[in-house]
Amino acid sequence: MDEKKFQEKIDKEQKIEPKDWMPEGYRNHLIRQMSQHAHSEVIGMQPERNWITRAPSLRAKMILLAKVQDEAGHGLYLYSACETLGISRQELVQQLHDEKAKYSSIFNYPTLTWADMGAIGWLVDGAAIVNQVSLQRTSYGPYSRAMIKICKEESFHQRQGYEIMAEMAKGTPEQKEMAQDALNRFWWPSIMMFGPQDSESPRSGNAMKWKIKRQTNDELRQNFIDKTVGQAEVIGLKIPDPDLKWNEERGHYDFGKMDWEEFWSVVNGNGPCNKQRLDHHRKAHEDGAWVRKAAQEFAKKQLTN
Amino acid sequence: MTEKTTVWEVFIQSKNGLAHKHVGNVHATDKIMALENARELYTRRNEGSCIWVVKSSEIVSSESEDSEAFFDPSNDKMYRHPTFYTMPDGAKHI
Repeated sequence: MDEKKFQEKIDKEQKIEPKDWMPEGYRNHLIRQMSQHAHSEVIGMQPERNWITRAPSLRAKMILLAKVQDEAGHGLYLYSACETLGISRQELVQQLHDEKAKYSSIFNYPTLTWADMGAIGWLVDGAAIVNQVSLQRTSYGPYSRAMIKICKEESFHQRQGYEIMAEMAKGTPEQKEMAQDALNRFWWPSIMMFGPQDSESPRSGNAMKWKIKRQTNDELRQNFIDKTVGQAEVIGLKIPDPDLKWNEERGHYDFGKMDWEEFWSVVNGNGPCNKQRLDHHRKAHEDGAWVRKAAQEFAKKQLTN
Repeated sequence: MTEKTTVWEVFIQSKNGLAHKHVGNVHATDKIMALENARELYTRRNEGSCIWVVKSSEIVSSESEDSEAFFDPSNDKMYRHPTFYTMPDGAKHI
């Protein structure tokens, strides 16, 4: 009965709010997806932080700082939204540390040159935007509202990345090569950010029925590729896929085979930076313990005074 | 596991003269920290001229499941709306 009413509400495009009845499967799917999303924003600060002190100009440094601060903010919006499902922030962080919760696999790759800041903003944030624009219509109210807020802020991230790539592509031959190299390394992991192909994705059935997801992995991936090919052409860089070509009949770009073996290997902990990313997060959390303790003590003192 | 921090709901007045609007929440151990965290999290792009923070536990909410019964008293009083009344043809400015 409850389940039927719930589905009717979803079918009528009504949002589900925290106090409404929902199936356990819906709640669990959301906790997994939203916490993974939140952890990705937070872990995603690390590869970019790597270049703050080495940014090539004061302008670039200020922009990168603002971007990294935004990512922290986006993580917090998402943790807040996730907490409305009845799980605490402490538990969410604990799940990350215990490796029970995942984050986007793309952040397990290192950022080797300044051009990687360009590639991440342009491709990684670009792919995230395609996903997040779609998720603005998700059926869970708090998630939808967080996505709307994040999308508003995110478009500067992609533009700053593309600007870096454009600048480098028209610079010296070495700079152009650096930009091309960053594109070569980040292209495939970026298009795999949308997750397994629909034929291999076991959970998307309910996620689509419950309208948690509004478009499938393959639809989102195609959308991103179609948008991005022209942008690469404009700045004279080449997408590292020999099979990439316009398909008149489909009205979309065809593209080559993705290396899912590598994808799963990185997801399962064997990427170049998995250990470093998690160790750093754990250390930062432990190093901050005395601050949290002091804040609690201060608050108690205020109460007794 | 660390002690839980208090959750505060955040309301922002976007411009002088407008009402405060709910934007989300923050975690903080005291009210000054709540205000400062709200500023950092919700007003990075000139979104506000004033912020209120209220402990989430202090908010009393009606239940959405009971909303029909709860709001029922207002449903049958159409005469509270101006469209209920018939105006003579030709009457202006009313």
